[in-house]
Amino acid sequence: MNSGHSPESAHSVRGYLFVYFALLAGTGLTVWASFIPFGSREINIAVALLIAGVKAFLVAGYFMHLISERKMIYNVMGFTVFFFISLMFLTLYAMHDFPPTTVTH
Amino acid sequence: MDIPYTVQPRPDTGVYNAKMGIWLFLASEVMLFGGLFSAYVLLRVGADVWPYGWLNIPLGTANTFVLITSSITTVLAWVALKNNQFSRFKLFHAITLVCALCFLGIKSFEYHDKFMHYEITLANGKFADGHLIGKSKDFDLEKKTGSVTLHGYEVDQEVELMDLQRPEVRQIQREEITIPAVEIKKMGNYGPWHNTYTAIYFTLTGLHALHVIGGALVIGFLWGPGSRMWKTDPERFTNRIEVSGLFWHFVDLIWIFLFPVLYLL
Amino acid sequence: MGATVDQFPPYRDRQAHHAHDGPGFWRQYIFSTDHKVIGIQYGLGALCFMLFGFFLMLLMRWQMAHPGQPVPVVGWLMEKTLGQVAANGAMSSDLYNSFGAMHGTIMVFLGVVPLAFAAFGNYVVPLMIGAPDMAFPRVNMASYQCFVLGGIVMLVSFFIPGGAAQAGWTSYSPLATSIPTDGQVFWIIGMALIITSSLLSAVNFIATIIQLRAPGMTWMRLPFFVWAQFVTGFLLLLAFPPLEAAAVMQLMDKVAHTSFFLPTGLAIGGQLANVSGGGSPLLWQHLFWFLGHPEVYVLILPAMGIVCEIIANNTRKPIWGYKSLVYSALVVGFLSFLVWAHHMYLTGMGQKIATFFQATTMIISIPSVIILTCLLISLWGGSIRFNTPMLFALGFLPMFGMGGLTGLPLGLAPSDIHLHDTYYVIAHFHYVVAPGTIFALFAGIYYWYPKMTGRKMNEFWGRVHFWCSFVFMNIVFLPMFAQGMKGMLRRMADGGANYSAARVPGVIDTLPNSIMELHTWILWAAMALGLAQIPFIINLFWSIRHGEQVKSDNPWQSTTLEWQTPTPPPHGNFATPPRIYRGPYEYSVPGHASDFFPQNEPEK
Repeated sequence: MNSGHSPESAHSVRGYLFVYFALLAGTGLTVWASFIPFGSREINIAVALLIAGVKAFLVAGYFMHLISERKMIYNVMGFTVFFFISLMFLTLYAMHDFPPTTVTH
Repeated sequence: MDIPYTVQPRPDTGVYNAKMGIWLFLASEVMLFGGLFSAYVLLRVGADVWPYGWLNIPLGTANTFVLITSSITTVLAWVALKNNQFSRFKLFHAITLVCALCFLGIKSFEYHDKFMHYEITLANGKFADGHLIGKSKDFDLEKKTGSVTLHGYEVDQEVELMDLQRPEVRQIQREEITIPAVEIKKMGNYGPWHNTYTAIYFTLTGLHALHVIGGALVIGFLWGPGSRMWKTDPERFTNRIEVSGLFWHFVDLIWIFLFPVLYLL
Repeated sequence: MGATVDQFPPYRDRQAHHAHDGPGFWRQYIFSTDHKVIGIQYGLGALCFMLFGFFLMLLMRWQMAHPGQPVPVVGWLMEKTLGQVAANGAMSSDLYNSFGAMHGTIMVFLGVVPLAFAAFGNYVVPLMIGAPDMAFPRVNMASYQCFVLGGIVMLVSFFIPGGAAQAGWTSYSPLATSIPTDGQVFWIIGMALIITSSLLSAVNFIATIIQLRAPGMTWMRLPFFVWAQFVTGFLLLLAFPPLEAAAVMQLMDKVAHTSFFLPTGLAIGGQLANVSGGGSPLLWQHLFWFLGHPEVYVLILPAMGIVCEIIANNTRKPIWGYKSLVYSALVVGFLSFLVWAHHMYLTGMGQKIATFFQATTMIISIPSVIILTCLLISLWGGSIRFNTPMLFALGFLPMFGMGGLTGLPLGLAPSDIHLHDTYYVIAHFHYVVAPGTIFALFAGIYYWYPKMTGRKMNEFWGRVHFWCSFVFMNIVFLPMFAQGMKGMLRRMADGGANYSAARVPGVIDTLPNSIMELHTWILWAAMALGLAQIPFIINLFWSIRHGEQVKSDNPWQSTTLEWQTPTPPPHGNFATPPRIYRGPYEYSVPGHASDFFPQNEPEK
């Protein structure tokens, strides 16, 4: 039954359940934190994305077994995430970096 | 010559072919949703005002719980197969499919709600906003006949409709308002055409929902007729469950970001 | 990235798969999952689309040289099939615009990419790495079918009311959305199908190259062609999806009246458009060019791979700088994601971001030049065989050089202010793709033809094809640099007549007669270029039955694996998995009996 995957301990149901409850808790935390007035909207956004990032890491790392895969797979995903971030931030920068005399609205 | 590594993993990469393939496909999906998320960020940063509180948070939270649950049942279904427990696999993936249906049901309800929610620009410059109760039989916007009844309220300026979490807005009494067609300058519901927020909301969640449907169809097939392969080639079947599971987890991953971005922020 | 494996695992017993009563005509030739059949299907399909795109261009060039005049020979046919837009057999501006948009779209997405990546890649890559087929044969077939569907949608769009898309191959909003007809919708749906086809292919190629290399085939023993296809696969995989997202949004703008790319206050035909506004036309441009730039490296990398193989084979010596070639290809692939806004210098970007993109654009020219230099230096000291594939491969080198060099004033923002959207740009990219990539693709066809058919194409007519194409390509595109520098803009249906000195005498900086007269030269050269393809087309089909039969499975005496198979290779390619002992270009090894040492030949 072994298709060459990582040792049986990685399949422990207990581990998966732990991740599951962590994800549920994270969801509750996200909702609760979104109502805390931190002062600026940016901080709310940062907090929400941070929690989402942790949840994503849990799903990708444990449910999708990324944490036990070899370099090849997470190199591919690493480059992908890098390009996505570049797309977003470079485009954002490009659309908001205007010559000094430009009227934007 | 047969194609190697369809079931056994290749020693130096550690994966079998289909797993390599699905991860590559998921990389392209990251870029697809990444393009849409970038569009969201750009449209929002470039906007003067951005809606807040337009979506039902308890429903969105419920949907998040539903998808996370379906994620763990997906993993447990695969584990069951690795432990040779076919009936447990069937049970867990049945729950996965029920969760998928649940998610789509809640989403349809939310979509319907948006299509029933109207904003009317009145001739006197004010705005009426609310859910449609009914239209009179002779209602015709072109000919200016008949009337329309909303369950909502009136505001002086459109910008007051943007942030629905403000205490002043939450305290407004929503009541039945009947508006004759002659007083209506413009009428539209909160579909994708309403503003860029609804546009990106429907596009992002719509594309995500299509992925939910696609994933559910594949898992449904493997649960049903496709499960015959368990008898003839159990390892290959287990790998198919793993690969389809990876896609399903990805769908959950996208929602993990969609929910706070669209509902909470 | 792990090295290799020692041996493939024992075969799994799959009875039905090898019960050969013969699969029947439909399964063998139409619905085949064999990578070689699919490769040929892609190849023939792509060549047909390229011919069609060529005709579109000829009609456009006629219009530019004779604005408003009826088109000879085919004008009546155009009027019959297309109706009012071709009234009296002359091209209206709308028709010109749709031909322009579709020429670009068809040549890039239905012509060059399928031929360079899907056709050659499918046929050659599994053979070169010692694999029995692609990793996912049924996905391969599905990707071809998506390609065909996408092509059909694009072709059908010419005949719907209003005609095909008219907003350029770049489909900029708000123009693309404002045009009241449905051509743009067909374009978007066609693109979605083509993108799906490419994504499925990309997944297949990358998985195949990673997983199915034969025992002993380490990464650094791969022929450069395989490396080129590997990087190209990643470019398609990661760059296409944002365009797909943008296409979905543009479709929503058109069909669901959203305003993703429509700004507030947009007026169409003098009236305020009935849309919500709030969108950004620049957003479309960013998402489009995020694909658009890696796309051009998709066009060139497989060509460089083909040229490399042919040069090594016909100089009888190893390629100079194999490692440099490989690392340069990887760096080009990586950097290509970070340069896209050099297509957008004139959109009002600030200096900081423009400088960033200018810097990355300059940097990316370095690995491109390294690749060209390695190929050039490889000629030094070689025993050069001047057969037809080699002629095309040699022709590629200076043509790509010119194309690449003329990209520099475009990549530098200050000079681009003058040259953006002029004919200089058209000349630049056509030099890279037409006498560049397409020459390499011709080279590949002549080179691998014997492996596919067991016969060589006629050598005399191959040379005629080469010399005529070489001369006429240059006459077509060289004058365009001058036209562009004089200020002739792209996409002008009258060929710039409105801005010519003849139309508005006495105004400064109008287009002089000398520039306008070049249109006639270009038209005649383009027609001659078309005629020069006729020997090629005849040669291609005639040689299947009547070409000179090859006397061995390896007529070019090549070292790479695709030549160490029967001719043509059977289903499954290799009877037993080959074992690889050395690198891909072991030619003229001192002390060895013959002047080439195939990769899978054991040491004596």
